[in-house]
Amino acid sequence: MNLSTSYLGLDLKSPLVVSASPLSEEISNIKRMEDSGASAVVLYSLFEEQIRNEQQELHHHLTQGTESYAESITYFPEPSEFHLGPNEYLNHIRNAKEAVDIPVIASINGSDVGDWINYAKLMEEAGADAIELNIYSIPTELDTSSTDIERNYINILKCLKSTVKVPVAIKLSPYFSNLANFANHLVDAGANGLVLFNRFYQPDIDLEELEVVPNVVLSTSHARRLPLRWVAILYSRVEADLAATSGIHQASDVLKMLMAGANVTMLCSALLRNGIGHIKFIEQEMKEWMEVHEYESVQQMRGSMSQRNVADPSAFERAQYMKALRSYKPQV
Amino acid sequence: MDGNDAVTHVAYRTNEVIAIYPITPASPMGEISDSWAAESKPNIWGSIPSIIELQHEGGAAATLHGAAQTGALTTTFTASQGLLLMIPTMYKLAGELSPTVIHVSARSLAAQGLSIFGDHSDVMSVRSTGFALLGSCSVQEAMDFALISQAATLESRIPFLHFFDGFRTSHEVSKIEVLTDEEIRAMIDENQVRAHRARRMTPDSPVLRGTSQNPDVYFQARETVNPYYEACPVITQRLFDKFAELTGRKYSLYEYYGAPDAERVIVQMGSGVETTVETVDYLNAQNEKVGVLKVRMYRPFSAKFFAEAFPETVKEIAVLDRLKEPGSTGEPLYVDCVTALNEAIANGFGKFKSMPKVIGGRYGLSSKEFTPSMVKAVFDNLSKENPKTHFTIGIHDDLSHTSLDFDPSFSIEPEHVFRGLFYGLGSDGTVGANKNSIKIIGENTDNFAQGYFVYDSKKAGKMTASHLRFGPEPIRSTYLVSEANFIGCHQWLFLQNFDILKNIKEGGTFLVNTHYSADKVWDNLPRVAQENLIKKKVKMYVIDGYEVATASGMGRRINTVMQVCFFGISGVLPRDEAIEKIKDSIRETYGKKGDEIVNMNIKAVENALSHLQEVKIPEKVTSTIELNPLISGDAPEFVRNVLGTIIAGQGDDLPVSVLPDDGTYPTATAQYEKRNLSETVPVWDPDVCIQCGKCAMVCPHGVIRVKVYDKELLKDAPETFKSIEGKDKSWKADNHNFTIQVSVEDCTGCEICVDMCPAKNKQETRLKAINMEEVKPIHAQEKENWKFFLSLPEYDRRKIKIDSIKHQQIQQPLFEFSGACSGCGETPYVKMVSQLFGDRLVIGNATGCSSIFGGNLPTTPFAVNPEGRGPTWSNSLFEDTAEFALGFRVSIDKQQEYAAELVKKLAGDIGDDLASAIINAEQHTEPDIFDQRERIEILKEKLKHIHSQEARSLEMVADMLAKKSVWGFGGDGWAYDIGYSGVDHVVASGRNVNLLVLDTEVYSNTGGQASKATPLGAVAKFAAAGRPVEKKDLGLIAMTYGTCYVASVAMGARDEQTLKAIIEAEAFDGPSLIIAYSHCVAHGINMTTGMKNQKAAVESAQWMLYRYNPDRLLRGENPLQLDSKAPKIPVSHYLDMENRFKMLKNTHPEEAKFLYAKAQQDAIRRYQTYKYLADRHYELNGTANSEVDLKEALSKNK
Repeated sequence: MNLSTSYLGLDLKSPLVVSASPLSEEISNIKRMEDSGASAVVLYSLFEEQIRNEQQELHHHLTQGTESYAESITYFPEPSEFHLGPNEYLNHIRNAKEAVDIPVIASINGSDVGDWINYAKLMEEAGADAIELNIYSIPTELDTSSTDIERNYINILKCLKSTVKVPVAIKLSPYFSNLANFANHLVDAGANGLVLFNRFYQPDIDLEELEVVPNVVLSTSHARRLPLRWVAILYSRVEADLAATSGIHQASDVLKMLMAGANVTMLCSALLRNGIGHIKFIEQEMKEWMEVHEYESVQQMRGSMSQRNVADPSAFERAQYMKALRSYKPQV
Repeated sequence: MDGNDAVTHVAYRTNEVIAIYPITPASPMGEISDSWAAESKPNIWGSIPSIIELQHEGGAAATLHGAAQTGALTTTFTASQGLLLMIPTMYKLAGELSPTVIHVSARSLAAQGLSIFGDHSDVMSVRSTGFALLGSCSVQEAMDFALISQAATLESRIPFLHFFDGFRTSHEVSKIEVLTDEEIRAMIDENQVRAHRARRMTPDSPVLRGTSQNPDVYFQARETVNPYYEACPVITQRLFDKFAELTGRKYSLYEYYGAPDAERVIVQMGSGVETTVETVDYLNAQNEKVGVLKVRMYRPFSAKFFAEAFPETVKEIAVLDRLKEPGSTGEPLYVDCVTALNEAIANGFGKFKSMPKVIGGRYGLSSKEFTPSMVKAVFDNLSKENPKTHFTIGIHDDLSHTSLDFDPSFSIEPEHVFRGLFYGLGSDGTVGANKNSIKIIGENTDNFAQGYFVYDSKKAGKMTASHLRFGPEPIRSTYLVSEANFIGCHQWLFLQNFDILKNIKEGGTFLVNTHYSADKVWDNLPRVAQENLIKKKVKMYVIDGYEVATASGMGRRINTVMQVCFFGISGVLPRDEAIEKIKDSIRETYGKKGDEIVNMNIKAVENALSHLQEVKIPEKVTSTIELNPLISGDAPEFVRNVLGTIIAGQGDDLPVSVLPDDGTYPTATAQYEKRNLSETVPVWDPDVCIQCGKCAMVCPHGVIRVKVYDKELLKDAPETFKSIEGKDKSWKADNHNFTIQVSVEDCTGCEICVDMCPAKNKQETRLKAINMEEVKPIHAQEKENWKFFLSLPEYDRRKIKIDSIKHQQIQQPLFEFSGACSGCGETPYVKMVSQLFGDRLVIGNATGCSSIFGGNLPTTPFAVNPEGRGPTWSNSLFEDTAEFALGFRVSIDKQQEYAAELVKKLAGDIGDDLASAIINAEQHTEPDIFDQRERIEILKEKLKHIHSQEARSLEMVADMLAKKSVWGFGGDGWAYDIGYSGVDHVVASGRNVNLLVLDTEVYSNTGGQASKATPLGAVAKFAAAGRPVEKKDLGLIAMTYGTCYVASVAMGARDEQTLKAIIEAEAFDGPSLIIAYSHCVAHGINMTTGMKNQKAAVESAQWMLYRYNPDRLLRGENPLQLDSKAPKIPVSHYLDMENRFKMLKNTHPEEAKFLYAKAQQDAIRRYQTYKYLADRHYELNGTANSEVDLKEALSKNK
């Protein structure tokens, strides 16, 4: 049985890729991912804020209160060298590349064009096989139009593409007026792959403290529906690889995504919940299902249930909405 | 490079074992050594020196002794009291001919007051130890003599003390020629190193040292070293000569400089020599015949070399000593000089045929300015027929009339030297920028450069003054700039408070950072500034530095902006070249911190000049604005005339007679020093307030106050005075209102109150019951409100329920408006103690932050209540506070006992009932103490009518019959390290002494060096690679005695527990030890949210909350109560909140990973240990009279 696929020009032994998460902060975990059957790993994200703020914060704390009082002119030793977060990240890429044979994809996360993009070049030099660009922003200004937002994404992508030679995938949110149109523009701007979708951590309110609090909720298989729809719609309509992320928890999720048209599926919550070894379990389940259903390869099923290839393309569109509502029987 | 850098450059390279302990101004030498070792920098033999921190200087000296005895090349650095702690070991080192060098940044000794500044009191105190004493006069010499002393000790076997003036040399930034490793190697004789090794103690070739000797041989044995002392000067001079061959820099043991036919000569050591040399040149150019004899080697004092150094024409000699030896025939250098010359003349060596006139004088104590004008006055004195001897120069002594007059306007500053004066705030980066400017000019031009920096006595809102000189010749002016070509005023507020332009020379340039544009600024200048600008024809420029800095991402740090403007208009370098050099320097300085920091600085450089505006100076003074009064008008006379003069920066002008002769100053003086530091202040919203008192509790500066009072009193209240009905039942019942009032003039704007406030506005949750607002619109009204607030009566202390914060906070703080850092974590504890027991509080305070914010002149935050009672406070030393406080206790108890004896004796006259009531008074509660004080007043009244000696004696001690609460305050450096043996002794003493450890987990006051309280993994100075071992558990150790009350508290985690602990500690009739977590600027945290750090420390079990009360044992209860709950957040969450831990990831990532993991394991174990101890079952058990009884007793106490 052939599980191999390709993503961003990389030949992968299976469509089971580990997405960016704290799990990849430890080299030992990355090794375990490979041992459990992951075909590639996207490293945890290096954030634009991390690059900027860490420097600012370190500088602030090293200078706070200094040169003010004769007895305590400074408060910290001043080493001649700092291993700032980005450098640590670059070392991490090197160490990961040494530790495993599977491709290592670096992830960089930002929201505006800036110097941070230059780090992609350093990631490439450190050995990253590809770059995943994660643009994470919540536009809130009343005078920012959707055109402005899309232009900003394109600019960031173009800027990054001009700095690196390795393939670049862009991780998107689903919140665009016409995702298909925008995806097409991104591909024109050089995106080699689209990662669908970014999960925004939605804030919550603490009623006792009257504070807005971050609330990390791990995904379930239900979250798979949204990327499934868009993978299916975009398959073969844009010239970029498609990675499906969010809600990939079991073999059936992977199979569905592949049928919708994904090149790869990305795992995060499932591993955080069940452990890294869960990859092996999914792979085994996949194989069993494919065997029972007499599929020989992943390529055979890829895109088979995409909008283009299904009998009823409207199933992925508005018409399906009416059907869904009609089928719902409220319990009173 | 400054003096400390220069010395460390050599000391590090030429040693293997470096024993260190922090003390100002020597600490940087240890810090640099530790940093270099952490970065694996080798010495000249390619090996990384071992750096070891000790618990005090005595320990450092002993380690030095041990290392030297076992054959290592070893050194240490110290100053002042630290050197005194080394004295016993120094005798041993010298007696055993152990080669080593102690480098000393010479500093004053604590006498009537402590001083961190420079003079020779410390080094002269060790002149009889047998150490050689070699003194440097400049930064260059400090580097050179560090090497020469190292070479000389190896060859002579006499241990050397190399000294240079604290601050004036140790902290002066100067352009010098740096010794290369080759030059250093060439001076260190490997044969001598091998000889030293060969003498080491080793079991392979055993020897015995440190014998106990008897009258038969001790004396003779003591004389065996004479040949070494005779040889030492010769060896040292030979090494000076060798050094000259290598470097071209020539030195002599006793070096004459001046007219070859001089008649009048000054003999002097240290940095003042440079000023004298400069003045000698000037005076000789005026056809005078004067000179200076530089004493470099003070011990062994070679009378022969010394006498030969003078020109034979010399008739009068003035010997200047930089210290005071009260009651002596003269200060040491003077006495040695007289003795040496007498011997020379008697024995026929030297050039003198007859004894010249020799007089002695004192100068420069505690870095007192020593200027050319003073040198001239000394020479003028020598010219007199009957010159004044044992004189002082630099002060006005109107008491004993020792001082010489001098003309402050006499200046010899050469025209070719550019002189700049810059006034900034600590937080705006002014000093850093100036150090950088010196580097740029020093490295990129042929000019020599000098920088000296003067800091404020307060830690919050402090002014810094940078004195810079640049010139084509080496700069010898070891005094402050008095006639500046350029003055930069980096804060507009300074112009309103001080005569900033006083020292500008005619035609000079003035740059000010202000929001006012060039066409608006004139009308806002104070009158005195306008007068100076016109009279001295000054060119003036303005820039809105904050606007440029903010736009460039630099926030409030205007350093780069102001530096660019300085180079832009001063002309010290061509403008474009200067800009490029600044950019290069930014890349070099900040490159390691990342592009972001580099880019924002570069941006600031590029934006600065376009915002610079020249001001057209009108011809007439138009301003009616006077300088702000720095002290309030209602201050008492002493505060106004003496302390006020110090506050105004004119303390140098105070004559001797106005200063207290025994170091005694009034308390309650900080209230008169209105500093108006903050542009934003907290504003109370009574409608949202839940009246919990937390804002007042955490206020580090005591500016937020709570009062509960009769509503009727509001009839005279100012219109804007806020008041609301008291929420508490008892207040309501009494018809009382509640007010929180802020003293806006004393607020530092730390915002910790806002962070702590638990109440939120229901409509706008961003608002709390206390919110920061701009001070300007409310300043006048709030001043008036504060005045009215103070006029409201204090709540009757007898009625306050002190066991809950909201009630307890009504107590008047008797600790207010301290000069501690904005947001300080120590002061809220001190304030709470002052509220609870202030009217009966006797405090012994260890040297450190708390002694600085508590007792640094000019003012003190310790205050008095309306009855005039309040804390009485003293600082003895760093190391002896527990014992000092024990002394208070024993003394007070004795006087109490004596008073009680007298009461008993006089019971017949006083009345048995009163006598009995007084003697048997419980004094546990406020009403008890109040009643006792009333009884004492009745007693005193009665005593007036009793005519006996005993009655008179009782009058003097009667007040001691009212309870006195004795406390020792200090930091962790004191309690865990230097003062630990005293703490331990007091803890074991059984006496009622309360010790409060303000635990910042580093030596905060000296700049954040590691103590034994520093937690595992924290980066601190002396622990640059992260502290590898766990924090000492001081509380657990103290508990082992079983007789001491012990508590560990963190106000930000559980304030009620802190309150309970302080009350219980004081109530416990025995020793108590409270260890209080105090967040600190040295932790690298956001000081506004410091209380959150405390909370996280407790929630992660990094810090434990507990109380151990031996009284519970008497009730059959477990004495230990664990107030911490099981850890609910990982330690890493807490560690990541603080730069001290987090930066280890940036400097030593692998170690950080290991230590983070270890810290978590330690926290769990710590919690489990305390939980186990606190869960143990206790029962009252009887005396075990038999083995059976014993078994039964044991079985109960499982």
